[in-house]
Amino acid sequence: MTSNSKHFGLLVPIISVIIGLIAGAIIMLLSGHNPIEGYAALWAGAFGDSYTIGETIRRSTPLILTGLAVAFAFKTGLFNIGAEGQVIVGWLAAVWIGLAIDAPMIIHLPVAILAGAIAGGLWGFLPGLLKAKLGVHEVIITIMMNYIALHVTNAIIRNVLTDQGTTTEPIAGTASLASEWLQSITFYSRIHYGILIALFAAFIMWFIIERTSYGYELKAVGFNRHASNYAGMNVSKNIILSMVIGGGFAGLAGAMEGLGTYGTISVMSGFTNLGFDGIAVALLGANNAFGVILAGLLFGVLKEGAGEMPTTAGVPTELVDIIIALIIFFVASSYIIRWALSRFKKEGK
Amino acid sequence: MFEALQSIIPTVLFYSAPLILTALGGVFSERSGVVNIGLEGLMVMGAFVGIVFNLTFADLFGIWTPWISILVAMVIGSIFSIIHAVASVTFYANQVVSGVAINMLALGIGVYLTKVWYGKGQTDMVDRPFYTMDVPILADIPIIGPIFFEGIYITSYLALILAFVAWYVLYQTPFGLRLRAVGEHPMAADTNGIKVERMRYIAVLLSGAFGGLGGSVFALTIASNFSHATIVGQGFMALAAVIFGKWHPLGAMGAALFFGLAQSLSVVSSGIPLLADIPQVILLIAPYLLTILALAGFIGRADAPRANGVPYLKGGR
Repeated sequence: MTSNSKHFGLLVPIISVIIGLIAGAIIMLLSGHNPIEGYAALWAGAFGDSYTIGETIRRSTPLILTGLAVAFAFKTGLFNIGAEGQVIVGWLAAVWIGLAIDAPMIIHLPVAILAGAIAGGLWGFLPGLLKAKLGVHEVIITIMMNYIALHVTNAIIRNVLTDQGTTTEPIAGTASLASEWLQSITFYSRIHYGILIALFAAFIMWFIIERTSYGYELKAVGFNRHASNYAGMNVSKNIILSMVIGGGFAGLAGAMEGLGTYGTISVMSGFTNLGFDGIAVALLGANNAFGVILAGLLFGVLKEGAGEMPTTAGVPTELVDIIIALIIFFVASSYIIRWALSRFKKEGK
Repeated sequence: MFEALQSIIPTVLFYSAPLILTALGGVFSERSGVVNIGLEGLMVMGAFVGIVFNLTFADLFGIWTPWISILVAMVIGSIFSIIHAVASVTFYANQVVSGVAINMLALGIGVYLTKVWYGKGQTDMVDRPFYTMDVPILADIPIIGPIFFEGIYITSYLALILAFVAWYVLYQTPFGLRLRAVGEHPMAADTNGIKVERMRYIAVLLSGAFGGLGGSVFALTIASNFSHATIVGQGFMALAAVIFGKWHPLGAMGAALFFGLAQSLSVVSSGIPLLADIPQVILLIAPYLLTILALAGFIGRADAPRANGVPYLKGGR
């Protein structure tokens, strides 16, 4: 039975991705495009040359981190829709430190990265606290926190970091994650060292969850709050901790954008969508650190490849958003896939 | 004072109408036990359909175009919401995840088709949006007339009336009782012969219709065209209104009016001496901050319907 459920655990995401891509092909057909050309363009846009490969890795980096942010909270039975806001404050904090401090790289860069993580963690702390102490549903609070993050960050950029401007100065070189060497081998794409941080963060999540007693408690609270309480675990502490660590991952994602990709922060008219995509990444990765890396890379490929579709195949980039939304639907409705698979198995016997 | 009111109140009604309509949809859905994070996506769909229909058929329907546009948006909105109903009622999907997917899907489809049909990221401006008008007779009443009935969008009154209709349906009819019962204790409702799945389907379809209506009203009064930036957060604000209004149609209406006030204050504040000193960001985040405070219990307790977000498995415990 256990081998069966493991089997299903792998099959559901794979089948969902395949159905999603087929649905994408059908949509292209219906809107009068050639699906083969479309997917060929997507492939070329993601892997065509070393530049696009660099950009694909660059794009996957924050997606892996926001995926971890959602997955980590989910291990404790919490839904972190607030990754979006946590990304924004993490971005702001990292750039702020990057601008305000004058220090050698060995201090400046770690401090700036850490500032991003701490800011994200703080943004996760309040929903965690309200959930733990007052039983307020974290979904609504984190949605509201997203908007507060967006508006407050815009106000700070306009009034504090610039003089009514829309983009800050570039950060000091000592706080930058950009790498001449990585850029030179990828035809000067915007790839930066952040991917190593993302992979390390995934390792940290795996280690905490699978190898420490903290992780054991976090999972136990996720499975059954009351039983955990009865067993003498501090449920409130675990809920708050889970949201703070999750927020920290999302804050790191923001720091990657601020210190690596852009080196600045600009006034945003809407969300970055990194946080919302993180939900999809976590879901497809089955809330597992390794799964999140794979899912993050897949979505990075889809999103980067989409950029090539309008010019080469005339397909609007939004096709990829539709495909991702459909993949989420299929994974979330995995009941039907499991049901179909079990039927299929029985008939085969 | 009088002039301030005369400039603020129509603006408040103008900004609140889409919020009220969409929030009513949220009330129906959540009262039946289906969480609807997808309100934003339903509004996007409504705005997209409303604008495209209006652009395409303006010549055919003449002055009736905006009205038929919002009707069509309602229908398409509720058809679109079937996806959410199937996933969350029939397939026991996580309702929050399904809602997030609805949001992504609606925006994806809307912008995709806009690019395919119009060859650019946004549609043209519509020729036949809703216009402000003076309500006959009522506008002549001294004091009240100019404040409430001059230069007003008729859709604002439609929203207020529908809020009362929704209250009547939910609280004064057997249908409403059943719908609420399904959201509080589906098993008990099932035992009494109420078809839980059917009630939830109806509720989600209603939320799609109201969301589509809200989105199209927003598009045809405030935005006048469709792009990826037409609906940015109004759906989530409507969701906030549902909760701030304690899952009650009239409460949601009140909350939506209040959020409309906050929004319009951030627009007109520069003209009003006392308000001009408040930083705009405070007014921008006020709705969200207040919702958090309300949920934390500082402004009365907000309790969700008991079975909200829990899929109902027949025979499960």
